[in-house]
Amino acid sequence: MFGNKLEVSMYRYNPEQDEFPYMKKYKIEKPSKDIMVLDLLHLLKEEDESISYRRSCREGVCGSDGMNINGKNGLACITPISSVVKKNKIELRPLPGLPVIRDLVVDMTEFYAQYEKIKPFLQNDTTAPEQERLQSPEDRDKLDGLYECILCACCSTSCPSFWWNPDKFVGPAALLQAYRFLADSRDLETVERLEALSDPFSVYRCHGIMNCVSVCPKGLNPNKAIGEIKSMLLKNKKNIITSDGAHQ
Amino acid sequence: MNSNIFTNNIKTIEFDALIVGGGGSGMRASLELAKSGLKTAVVSKVFPTRSHTVSAQGGITCAIASEDPNDDWRWHMYDTVKGADFIGDQDAIEYLCSEGPKAVFELEHMGLPFSRFENGRIYQRPFGGQSKDFGKGGQAARTCAAADRTGHALLHTLYQNNVKEGTNFLNEWFAVDVVKNSKNEVTGVIAFSIEYGEVAYLKAQATVMATGGAGRIYASTTNALINTGDGLAMTLRAGFPAQDMEMWQFHPTGIYGAGSLVTEGCRGEGGYLINKDGERFMERYAPNVKDLAGRDVVARSMVLEILEGRGCGENKDHIFLKLDHLGADVLNAKLPGICELSRTFAHVDPIYEPIPVVPTCHYMMGGTPTNVHGQAFNRINKQDSIVPGLFAAGEAACVSVHGANRLGGNSLLDLVVFGRATGKFIQEELKSGGGVSSASKEDINNSLERLNYLNESKSGYETADVKRELQECMQNYFGVFRRGDFMEKGLTELSEIRNKVENLHLKDKSDAFNTSRVEAIELQNLFEVAEATAISAFERNESRGAHARDDFPDRDDDNWLCHSLYDPITKSISKRDVNFAPSQVEAFPPIVRTY
Repeated sequence: MFGNKLEVSMYRYNPEQDEFPYMKKYKIEKPSKDIMVLDLLHLLKEEDESISYRRSCREGVCGSDGMNINGKNGLACITPISSVVKKNKIELRPLPGLPVIRDLVVDMTEFYAQYEKIKPFLQNDTTAPEQERLQSPEDRDKLDGLYECILCACCSTSCPSFWWNPDKFVGPAALLQAYRFLADSRDLETVERLEALSDPFSVYRCHGIMNCVSVCPKGLNPNKAIGEIKSMLLKNKKNIITSDGAHQ
Repeated sequence: MNSNIFTNNIKTIEFDALIVGGGGSGMRASLELAKSGLKTAVVSKVFPTRSHTVSAQGGITCAIASEDPNDDWRWHMYDTVKGADFIGDQDAIEYLCSEGPKAVFELEHMGLPFSRFENGRIYQRPFGGQSKDFGKGGQAARTCAAADRTGHALLHTLYQNNVKEGTNFLNEWFAVDVVKNSKNEVTGVIAFSIEYGEVAYLKAQATVMATGGAGRIYASTTNALINTGDGLAMTLRAGFPAQDMEMWQFHPTGIYGAGSLVTEGCRGEGGYLINKDGERFMERYAPNVKDLAGRDVVARSMVLEILEGRGCGENKDHIFLKLDHLGADVLNAKLPGICELSRTFAHVDPIYEPIPVVPTCHYMMGGTPTNVHGQAFNRINKQDSIVPGLFAAGEAACVSVHGANRLGGNSLLDLVVFGRATGKFIQEELKSGGGVSSASKEDINNSLERLNYLNESKSGYETADVKRELQECMQNYFGVFRRGDFMEKGLTELSEIRNKVENLHLKDKSDAFNTSRVEAIELQNLFEVAEATAISAFERNESRGAHARDDFPDRDDDNWLCHSLYDPITKSISKRDVNFAPSQVEAFPPIVRTY
């Protein structure tokens, strides 16, 4: 009998009703075909309309439905239940480390603040040509694996360093974007960008735990980008010392 | 949220300009306004980078003369006029195509990571309906691309530049209804914070509806779950008209079953469609350009193949898109996102196997009628009459550059060109003293009615059930092929659904992130758009562009070379002239449209 049912254990919290969050169990007919975790949530919401979660594109490009699925962060809309259900059970929790607004919805203010901190926009004060600025395909290739980030926060909220210092450690998502602009041949504020990251926390709290790489639903590698930033920081420091030396 | 919200107990937040919607057109408009010093805000029901622009793949079509140094915006204009099946306004199309290059170069200067040619210029690929030399010079390659993630790159770049300019964002705020005063001017919107449930009157001298499309009126759509036509529905409820609502684009290649979009760029890069016999059937329907005919033409050809028993799969109910002959290198470099989507949603790796696809609702050519400045207008005594305070841009608007069928890559161009134009116009207008009068308490209370009704509901219909019913009705009776007697049935069903939509039961009345309240209002919005669509489709007795009538298979220029204008008060259609008066070129007269 139990073989046809799926047991979903879901983190529930409504600040107007609940003093504390709790895990609620739902039993649902096992779908006849493989569906995504997001589809499962839709089915549950039809039964219990009080369940709250974010969703938009339902195809893994908007980054709305990051959540913790059986202990691992991922996007509900591109995670097939067949890949996560174990012994007919699945556990859904909000992304860890951020305040919960309700159920699976977290307050992403701190995450976005870190993104804004790295000045996530191209800086180039030279007069723009009438047409586009030229960029070689090789230089453009350097942005692959960086610009595709969807800001779902799966990486930063899986990072113990971000859990400890969400206000001071920039976190993998925003660092990936920091490197996206450092790597762009059209951006001219390299030195300023590096100096803004040179304190002991912004970048150096990354200890290479690699959770970010293992959870990124887009297959990106923030850890590698952070490594690149660290070596740029090192070179930049050397340059400053050398140029100081030259002045003496 | 109290069940009785009145003007006296909500706060008023005042802006110069208010933009409803944080997608491409909204953020392009806000960027223009943020730089102007006017107090501007974007109110968006999702964090802006979650807007549907993010899903656009193949690119932004524009004559930047990169792939072909001799390319000419007039050729692009010709293609767009023809693609629109001659009911696009030629003054607006002229503006789109001639201003386009400026708008695209600005995006590049803002940092958009376009793919590049060897010479360092922006990469362009061929898309459907593109030609050189006014259709005489063969296939053009005019679609500027950032791999197959152009919408994502564009939306993020716009958000980033809005961060740079310090735009105010009211993120995860949901606009419910417009407020209009006794002079029929729009003075802002009623909105609530999804996070806290706080209701406010967002008052503005200029309100821009940049709320995108409403593809969710159909059961099968490439559109995001959030595409519920909120802005258009708000203006319809306020009594303002909608134009060309029968014109819905069915994209030839939505992934079978899932609906996710597979870019036309796949065919631009050399992919093609095959039926169950492995035949490249588009050679029969469009001998010259084959798989790169207009989207309406390709979608209809696919449906005919399926109806005639040549569909693929067990149920012969889909078509295959073949890409494997392009090789892994091209696919990984040019179409990486498609490979990813296909593996996830079709369980097929396009490097080795074809992708199962089916025509899927994709784009709303109709919308709030506007001029090239984004000013919305009403129709009074058969004359266009500007609605003070109300603007629209992007998919929500019908300016009209897409007419009866949009060309691939023209939607992103539409967003930036008219988002930008609207921002510029509002800036000039408000700085020269333009604006609207205030609304009375009663006016504001009127716009709170719907929210109060839902909050007081004690019984009634379930949102999810009624939504399913609506989507199936639209899919069955108002899809790729339409017929008068079927549509009559559909209209009868719709009138029953209206009763349900007006009697929804909101069980969860809590304030914090109550997505059920949002979904109930979204369903009401979908209904307004669906009804406008159904009535417009029933009335247009001809086949043109995306509107294909079995019972009226031919285009009828004598009677229907015109826009349809839907009046939500009388629920009737009137005809409005198409603009044939561009200022820099001679108008393109209607010709038989073949590919």
